[in-house]
Amino acid sequence: MAPFAGYMMPLNYGDGALKEHMACREGAAVFDVSHMAQLDITHSSGTSEPILAALEGLIPANLIDLPADKQRYGLFLNEGGGIIDDLMVINAGHYVRLVVNAACAEKDENWLQTHLSGFEISRCERALVAVQGPAAADVVAVHLRLPEKMAFMDVATSQFLGQEIQLSRSGYTGEDGFEISLPEAVAEAFVTALCCDGRVKMAGLVARDSLRLEAGLCLYGQDMDETISVAAASLQWAIPKIRRIGGARAGGFVGAEYTLPELQDGAATCRIGVLAPKGVPPRSGALIFDAETDGNQVGLVTSGAPSPCVGQPIAMLRVAVKAAADTPLFADVRGKRLELKRIKMPFVPHRFYRG
Amino acid sequence: MEKFTQEHEWIRLDEDIATIGITDHAQSELGDIVFVELPEIGTKVSSGGEMATVESFKAASSVYAPVTGEVVEINETLGDDPAQVNTEPMGAGWFVKVKMDDVSQLDKLMDEAAYLALVS
Repeated sequence: MAPFAGYMMPLNYGDGALKEHMACREGAAVFDVSHMAQLDITHSSGTSEPILAALEGLIPANLIDLPADKQRYGLFLNEGGGIIDDLMVINAGHYVRLVVNAACAEKDENWLQTHLSGFEISRCERALVAVQGPAAADVVAVHLRLPEKMAFMDVATSQFLGQEIQLSRSGYTGEDGFEISLPEAVAEAFVTALCCDGRVKMAGLVARDSLRLEAGLCLYGQDMDETISVAAASLQWAIPKIRRIGGARAGGFVGAEYTLPELQDGAATCRIGVLAPKGVPPRSGALIFDAETDGNQVGLVTSGAPSPCVGQPIAMLRVAVKAAADTPLFADVRGKRLELKRIKMPFVPHRFYRG
Repeated sequence: MEKFTQEHEWIRLDEDIATIGITDHAQSELGDIVFVELPEIGTKVSSGGEMATVESFKAASSVYAPVTGEVVEINETLGDDPAQVNTEPMGAGWFVKVKMDDVSQLDKLMDEAAYLALVS
């Protein structure tokens, strides 16, 4: 167990993180992600349209066109273009639910209260369970009635033990799977039921981190934070054309003055993926140099870990753009320089269910 | 007979050569071990000084020398199979052999009963 954003969280369960990691790639892994905050926003009209329109003032995504029962990835940016948090926006039809990082929940809530007026914002005190892996759909379908067609980022409601639950076909491992929001009273029974299947393992924070890294996904507080811009985090894909310069709804969000020109002109740094030699994994914080001895520091490791699926250590770096293309890169680990090889992310291909 | 440290290492003495490894409790706390960085043969180590680094799936941890002396042998097989530290921490998963300057250094370390009491 380890403290994490004010919660005591399991680093791993009995079989160890490596087996949990492989269970997610080969069968299914269940994560208790109840620490993530679910913020519900309602409007007196009883519909989500005015909420989504208002949220476009804070999130550079296409939310006005987000259909009901769909979710979308978004970012909160500060005035200077730094990333306040990354989050999911769920259009539940009569309200909007945001799923945000535990460590950022309080500042996010304050940010919303400051910038939105005329809306009710409340914390939804429900459990959140992620079921991820190639067997996830199979395993979940045993216990929940699912819509006939449910693809990546679709949202639906269902029932478990007579309680209404909400689920989305999404996750943060690169695998197909679901994130399921359910009342605390039935959460344990639900997880216990899932784990009856031999393909399923509970998984802790360590496997969650190694899985999202293999999937090339950013961790807030490591790969991005309030001092890092969208372009510097190489998250350009999160801002659609319609919100960029020349788009039909260009700008109009906090941080746009900094963010949009930078998307055109480029940032000073960017995020790239690398392979490290077998053995010592370069971890978060390790410095990156352009030579095996001496040389200049050109960046740092923001996330790094052994990769069970790649078979050698992998890392995400934040490097100077001028060093991103073909400068030799070495990670300094305890005084030794390890030669790194650039590799396209994700390190392990995504297997989302696109329908 | 083995001796144990507060830092979860075990030491087995043969004449003045101490074989050193980490305990079952230590390996289980560290989790899946993916790499062990050992000192070179001939390295002088001193009690309490950094001797090796263990990379588990989740983090890097330092291993401190429990005795003072010279490294005379290292467990080369950990290079290919670091998981031996998980499966046989007190056998095939040993780290180094150190020729001790003064074997009486071991007197102040714990015996097995005292160590098991510490971690139970």
